[in-house]
Amino acid sequence: MSGEIVNLTEIEKSFGGVQVLSKVSLSVKEGEICCLAGENGCGKSTLIKIISGVYSHDGGQIALNGRTYPRLNPIDSIREGIQVIYQDFSLFPNLTVAENLALSDQVESGRAIVSWERMRRIAGESLAMIGIEMDPDKTVEELPVSGKQLVAIARAVYCNARLIIMDEPTTTLTQKEIDSLFTLIRNLKEKGISTLFVSHKIREMLDITEKITIMRNGRVVAGGDTGEFDEIKITQAMTGRDIGGERFHWSGVDEEPLLRTEKLSRRGAFSDIDLTVRSGEIVGITGLLGSGRTELALALFGRSPADGGKIFRSGMEVVIRSIQDAMENGIAYVPEDRLTEGLFLEQSIERNLFANTYKKFERFAGLLDFKKIRAAADKAMDDYGIVSPDIALPVRSLSGGNQQRVVLARWMSTGAEVLILNGPTVGVDVGSKFEIHKKLREIAERGVGILIFSDDIQELIMNCNRILVIHKGRFTDELQSDCLKEHDLIDRLNAYR
Amino acid sequence: MNFGFGKIAKGEGNIRQLSFITLCTFILMCWLLPDTFLTVRNFRSMSFQFPELGILSLAMMLAMLTGGIDLSLVGIANLASILGAFVFVKIMPPDSPEGVVLVYIAGVVALAVFVGMSCGLLNGFLISRLNVPPILATLGTMQLYTGIAIVLTKGAAVIGFPARYSVIGNGSVAGFGVPLIIFILLLTAFTVLLRKTNFGINLYLIGSNAKAALFSGIKVGKVLMISYMIGGLMAGLAGLIMSSRTNGAKADYGTSYILQSILVAVLGGVKPTGGSGYAIGILIAVLALQFLSSGFSMLRFSNFAKEFVWGVFLLAIMIVNYFTNERNKS
Amino acid sequence: MDKILRKNEFWLFCILLLMAFIVGGSNDAFWSRTNLFSLFKSSVVMGIFALGVLLVIVSGGIDISFPAFAVFSFYITVKYLLYIKFTGPVVIPFAMSMAIGTLLGLMNAFLISTFKLIPLIVTLGTGSAVTGFLRAFVGTGTLSNLPQPLIDFSRWNIYTETLSDGSVIGFSGSFLILIALSLAVAFVLRRTTLGRGVYAMGGDLTAAVRAGLPVPKLYYFTYGLVGALAGTAGIVHCSLIRLANPRDLEGAEMEVIAAVVLGGASLTGGKGTVSGTILGVFLIVLIKGSLILVGIPTDWQKVAIGVVLITATALTAYRSSKGGR
Repeated sequence: MSGEIVNLTEIEKSFGGVQVLSKVSLSVKEGEICCLAGENGCGKSTLIKIISGVYSHDGGQIALNGRTYPRLNPIDSIREGIQVIYQDFSLFPNLTVAENLALSDQVESGRAIVSWERMRRIAGESLAMIGIEMDPDKTVEELPVSGKQLVAIARAVYCNARLIIMDEPTTTLTQKEIDSLFTLIRNLKEKGISTLFVSHKIREMLDITEKITIMRNGRVVAGGDTGEFDEIKITQAMTGRDIGGERFHWSGVDEEPLLRTEKLSRRGAFSDIDLTVRSGEIVGITGLLGSGRTELALALFGRSPADGGKIFRSGMEVVIRSIQDAMENGIAYVPEDRLTEGLFLEQSIERNLFANTYKKFERFAGLLDFKKIRAAADKAMDDYGIVSPDIALPVRSLSGGNQQRVVLARWMSTGAEVLILNGPTVGVDVGSKFEIHKKLREIAERGVGILIFSDDIQELIMNCNRILVIHKGRFTDELQSDCLKEHDLIDRLNAYR
Repeated sequence: MNFGFGKIAKGEGNIRQLSFITLCTFILMCWLLPDTFLTVRNFRSMSFQFPELGILSLAMMLAMLTGGIDLSLVGIANLASILGAFVFVKIMPPDSPEGVVLVYIAGVVALAVFVGMSCGLLNGFLISRLNVPPILATLGTMQLYTGIAIVLTKGAAVIGFPARYSVIGNGSVAGFGVPLIIFILLLTAFTVLLRKTNFGINLYLIGSNAKAALFSGIKVGKVLMISYMIGGLMAGLAGLIMSSRTNGAKADYGTSYILQSILVAVLGGVKPTGGSGYAIGILIAVLALQFLSSGFSMLRFSNFAKEFVWGVFLLAIMIVNYFTNERNKS
Repeated sequence: MDKILRKNEFWLFCILLLMAFIVGGSNDAFWSRTNLFSLFKSSVVMGIFALGVLLVIVSGGIDISFPAFAVFSFYITVKYLLYIKFTGPVVIPFAMSMAIGTLLGLMNAFLISTFKLIPLIVTLGTGSAVTGFLRAFVGTGTLSNLPQPLIDFSRWNIYTETLSDGSVIGFSGSFLILIALSLAVAFVLRRTTLGRGVYAMGGDLTAAVRAGLPVPKLYYFTYGLVGALAGTAGIVHCSLIRLANPRDLEGAEMEVIAAVVLGGASLTGGKGTVSGTILGVFLIVLIKGSLILVGIPTDWQKVAIGVVLITATALTAYRSSKGGR
């Protein structure tokens, strides 16, 4: 009989009197590919930590491979073959691939002396187990993200994993890498290794998984075979509401564009880019990783300036050699990686909101007017629907969606007329994603020109009136999104692989 | 003027704790030494001792706020005081009339400010333009500045200041020592700078996340450069007070101040990883050390016993902070 | 990365050779055996310290308490041995000093791992406390009549020759200790599970915890070993200068850290090698010892070290920022 690796029944968990999980049941059978879905803060991560023994459960039953554990600890969980691959992979960047793969074994086997030969052998074996070839003497920091992920998977498999739990595994991968990850997951299934996919990307769930469990507010709200679900049903279950799907239409006039580039180039990144963004437009730019997409965004924002061509703002030629130049010319940029490039986690919401606009509040002798700042903060919180009891709280206390809105509000308060967003909803849950898209449309309506760099095809089609495809540093297609089909765009992108 | 006392009352836990411990130290010393500690004379003498360290600690705090550190501060202080001393000894004609002496003193103060800022500029350049980690950059410049001071003096003390000069380190205005007045002025200026200006808030933001600061359009390089220059300037001023108070300038004077200023900053609640700290914390921490140190002197402990107690004190505070933070978490 | 590291050491070696030839070219006295022998001898203590600092930097920490620990260890050892009028084998004072150093190092580890404190602050505190304790409660006097075994050790040469003017010079046996300890630390770092654990924890502490590495044990191992090395360096130092002076070695921490950083260790942890470190030590010792030979007064020592350190770190930082773009 194909046994159940994990069987949770009616798990309860609370922290400091707050119930975070109530009556959560979940089971994963041998060789099954399951998905645990839900918005940020729905209890997914708590559940994973309970399965891996990091947290203990307050009520309910945990059975691993048929054995009931009244109190599960991490070592038991690992012994039962549960391996978690965290988003950061938990690898050692300074060590070689071989060592990363073999270190756990080295420690567990209780050997005091390291045999490099043995390490390489273990590395070779574990890479072979997932059918990957890789230079075991490379250090992990030299690998691309997808390579790191493969090392993490190989390590899990070598540790006799029976169930691999992957926490948001596709966030930083390109489409091609996602495809090969899925192939790998299917191969693992052949070997009887199950995968629990933790995600909020709906399309991927439908693609790869056989069974879906959806959580909201600490409860399981839907579950069953993937075949029974479609995008709408999942979204409804995750957010608890209907999310409308009306496409964005631009109805402005074809006047002098807010932003125009002429043969913009940067050596080794992109060349001859002719781009226009008009008032009220939302223009999408997409391309594979390494297509010059991010480089173009950074050049328009002056982070790594272009070295050829011209940029016009409302018809006037401008020089953008630094972020300050871009800001002076009313160009704002919401970065790709909110946590490392956007937010000051330990600092207050107020400081995060006004990080680059404090100068506006200077009175005499450079002193700031905190009354005005307070009022402006209240207004921004209101405008952008940021929910928090106190603007003096650290921004860390906010949810991902609220945090992204803080960054957006920060940039809009600079009075920018051109807003560049790089992956605006990466790592944002479905509900917040919807709110952010709504906000972007509002901003566009006020006459701001918006440029979205993204690889979320659906996001682009729904929210942009034009989509440009960049490949090898050049624009290859310009598409009106009115009647564009998702798979058309995907096909075009696939053609460049 | 809001020095941040409000924050303390509101529960800036670690500073509140430090204030409490400082108060306890004070009461303990008063109780142990009612005749000597709790006297005007003692308070006067303490008020001349701690400002040097206080000023250096403020400079250290500035570097630590941005997630850096400045090991070269004492080197800068000594270099500034030695160059000033040379002006008096080698350039100023002996038997100059009173007015001329005053002009020279003003010149020496200006020179110290200039030297301090130039040294800070080099630190800032290495750190913000060449991306050298602050601890390494200032480790190097510490050697360099101290080295230049040694080359200039051959390691010997430079003495022979005009009597007027000693006012900076030993004089009083309305009963308050000049060093204390300078320290209080700088402390006030710092509080305003850090809490009420764009520049000050930028320092916290950079310390919290330098990359995000860059992407927010904050001129990170410029802010860092200026902050190390201000640090150097403060060190130059501390050098003036040191040389004026001791009536001498020497390349290796006060080398223990560098570790002490880190100690004061950390005691005062400045996070070594950057992004948090209050100027008022520096005042409380430096007072705590001064009470301990004066009290122990009166109890006939040697200087070395003080060093021992300081180390233990630092560790004890850190451990107490650990336990309160743990308790707050759960 | 390994290749680039090897390259780093290669370049360091080239610079070392270049400097030797410059100094030697301007003054023949550099190549005299008297000078070379003394250079090797003066690199011993700094070298042993540097091995410890390398270890702690690789682990992602820093230690500025080791000179204080070294002084504490040798002073107590010598004082006690004088008190009991010790005449036994030289191994005893070494073992004793090492043991005291180890205990002190374990204290650092305890504070760092139990209370999750920052190594810089902890070692600042323990360094100050230990120095203060020693001078306040143990003594401040210089002990110049070391126990005989230590004096014998300082005279131990593995090679001696008589110069034409009749004076005798020798290659100090203490250098063997540096070689042995270097090999031992290299072995530990490269070939033991603990050593690799130190690299792993310096690379990513969270990952180390998740991978099941015994992180507290690694702290005790690292800081304990740093203490042991400090104790050893201390006793070697006091034996070589034939004095036990509790005011010695003040400020040595900065120079040693400078040497280790010159040797290519990264202060962010996880990177650094024994060979690089030893080359870094040689470089600093060469600068300190050779200025006078090229006609620069020794007053310039600190300036020279400062300039070299600034240049080296600036070049490294510049190169890595180029590489990152």
